Amino acid sequence: MTNLLLLFDAPSLIVQVLLDGILVGSIFALAAYGMALVWGVMNIINITQGEFVVLGGYVAFTAASWGLNPFLCIPVAAAALLVVGWAIYRGVIYRIVDKDLFISVLATYGLGILIAQLINLVWGADVRSLDSGLGTWFFLDGMVTVAQTRVAAFVLALVIGGALLLFLRLTRLGRAIRATAQNARAARALGIDTDRVYAATYAINAAICGAAGALIVMIFVLQPFVGLIYTVRSFMIVIVAGLGNLGAVIGAALGVGAAENFVGFIFGTQFQAAFVFSFLVVVLVVRNLRLQRRRMYLK
Amino acid sequence: MSARGRGRILAALLLAATVAAPLVVPALTVQFATLWVMIILALTWDILGGQMGYNSFGNVVFFGVGMYASAIVQVGLFHDVGAYTAASGTGVYPFTPQQYYVGLALGILAAPIAAVAVAALLGTGMLGLRGHYFAIGTLGLGIAGGEFAASWEYVGGASGFLLPVFPGAYETRALFFYGLCAALGIVTFLVLRRLYAGRFGLALNAIRDDEDKAEALGHHTVRNKVLAWCVSAFFVGLAGAIFGNMNGLIEPREVAFSGATFGVWMVLMALLGGKGTLWGPVIGAIVFHVFKELFWTYLLGWQRVALGLLIVGIVLFFPLGLLGYARERWPSLFGRQAVEGAKR
Repeated sequence: MTNLLLLFDAPSLIVQVLLDGILVGSIFALAAYGMALVWGVMNIINITQGEFVVLGGYVAFTAASWGLNPFLCIPVAAAALLVVGWAIYRGVIYRIVDKDLFISVLATYGLGILIAQLINLVWGADVRSLDSGLGTWFFLDGMVTVAQTRVAAFVLALVIGGALLLFLRLTRLGRAIRATAQNARAARALGIDTDRVYAATYAINAAICGAAGALIVMIFVLQPFVGLIYTVRSFMIVIVAGLGNLGAVIGAALGVGAAENFVGFIFGTQFQAAFVFSFLVVVLVVRNLRLQRRRMYLK
Repeated sequence: MSARGRGRILAALLLAATVAAPLVVPALTVQFATLWVMIILALTWDILGGQMGYNSFGNVVFFGVGMYASAIVQVGLFHDVGAYTAASGTGVYPFTPQQYYVGLALGILAAPIAAVAVAALLGTGMLGLRGHYFAIGTLGLGIAGGEFAASWEYVGGASGFLLPVFPGAYETRALFFYGLCAALGIVTFLVLRRLYAGRFGLALNAIRDDEDKAEALGHHTVRNKVLAWCVSAFFVGLAGAIFGNMNGLIEPREVAFSGATFGVWMVLMALLGGKGTLWGPVIGAIVFHVFKELFWTYLLGWQRVALGLLIVGIVLFFPLGLLGYARERWPSLFGRQAVEGAKR
C-alpha cells in the first residue's frame, strides 16, 4: 500500500506507470485482434493463442542468436508461425470448426499444453529475453523513462494492425474472409472455398501472434509456460471490446495494459498474474449481470 | 440377467476389490488412494459438465480451497500459521499424535465448508455465464486461485505449505489415507446416484437440454445450478483436504490449483468414461489413472505432450467416451436407457 501513497507524492510516477502500460497494451491488442478474427470467422475460441505468442518469441530469440537484427526477427517469427498455424489447422482445427464450443475449447487447450511442453523440450525452461540494442529516452528531468524498444513495439503493433485491416478490406482473400465471417453458407454458395479461408484465417492469426511474441521477448522475458496468461488477456480484451471492432480492441487493450501495470506497481508484480485472471472473471460476471437484467446473457 | 442385477454384481465386485486392493498389493496403497481421489474429481466434475451441461475448467479451485482451509485449521489450532509457514517445516513446531488427529478431523470438517462457501459466493455470478464464457471464466478462476495462493506469504507463498507429519509408520499412514479416500469415494458415488435419481437430477438434465425452456416451465434454474456447484464443491473440498494431507506438501500451482494437471484431468476422465452417466467418470478415472501411472514414468519430460495429444485425440475421435461407445455398440446391455440414445 505504501506504493499507492508514493503515486500521490510523485505524480510523474503515474505518467511513468501509465505510459509503460499503454505501450505494452498495444502488443496485447495484436493477440486480441487475432483471437477476435478466429472467433468471428471460425466460431472457435483459440486457447492456443498464448502459446503462439510464446512460440513466436522463442523463434525470434533463436533467429537473433544466429546474428539477425532483432527487428528483422519479427517477420521471421511471423513467417514461422504462419506455417505452424497452417499445419495445426490442417492437422487438428479443421475437424473442430463445426463442432460445439466445448470441443473447440478443450481441443485448443490440449494443443496449448502440448505446444508449451514442446517449447520447454526444445528451448529449456530458462527465462529468455532479447536485447533490441536500443536506448532509453528521459523526460521530465529523468523522472520518466521510456525504453525506445517499447515505443518501437508500439509503432510496429499499430503498423501490423493497420496492415491487417487493409488486407481484410482490399485483397481478394481478405474479402473472402469477411464474407465467410458474415455467413459461411452463403459464402460457400457463392463459390468461396471456406476451408481455405479458415486455413488462411488461422494461419494469419498465428502469424500475428508470432509477431506479437517477437515484440514481447524484446520488452519482457518469456518462459515456456506463460502462454495461458496471454490467451486470457486476449479473451478479456475481446469481451470488453466486442467482436469485430478494431478500434475498440485497441482501446480495450491499452486499458488492460495500463490497469495491469498500475496493479503491479501498487500491490507488487507477483500479484499481476492473479489480477489478470481475476479481472477476467469480474469482467465476465459484471457484463453478464448487466445483460441478465434484460433477461439476456453473453453470447 | 437384468441391467440392475448386473449392476449389483459389479458393485459387489468393486467393493471387494476396494477392500482387497491395499491388502494384496500393499506397495501401491498410496496409488489406490490417489485413484479414489481421481474418481471423486471425475464424478463431481460430471455433476456440472455431464448432467448440467456446464463445462467447468475451474472445479480445481475447490480442491485448492479445501486443501488450504484444512491446512490452516490443522496448524492454526495449535500454532501461529504465518510463523509456521515461514519456518517452512514441522521440525520447529511439533504436533503430538492427539493434536494431529484432532487437527485433521477439524480440518477435514472445515474444508468442505470453505469450498461450499466459495461456490455459493461465486455461483450466482459465474453460473449466469453460459457456454464458452463459463468455460473460460472458470479456467481463469482456477488459475487466479493458484496465483493468489502463490503470492500469499501467510500460507507459504510459492514454496508451499508443509503439513503436520502423520504420527505413525509409513504403511499405517498409507492405509489410513486409503481408508479415508475410499470411504469418501463410495459416499460421493452413492450420494450422486441418489441425487441423479430424483427431481434434482431431472432438473439438472433439463437445464442441460434447454435452460430457457426449463426456466419457462418454472424450474428455479439459478438455485439448482448453484446447488449443483455446491454439491460438487463439497466433495472436491473434502477430497482436497485428504489429498493435501496425503501428499504432505501443498504446492499452490502444481498441486492445489493445478489447472494443467488435476484441473484438466478431471474433465478428461469424465469425457473418457462418458460424460452424463454415473459410471462413466468412474470407469474413465480408472482407465486414465492406470494408463497414466503405467506410462507416465517412461515419458520423462514428454508427459504433457502425451496429455495434450490425449486430450485432442479423445475430444476429436471419442467424444462419447467408453460408456457412450458401449451404449451405441451394445444397446441391449443398458436396458431401457438405450431407447433414448447416448446423448453427448
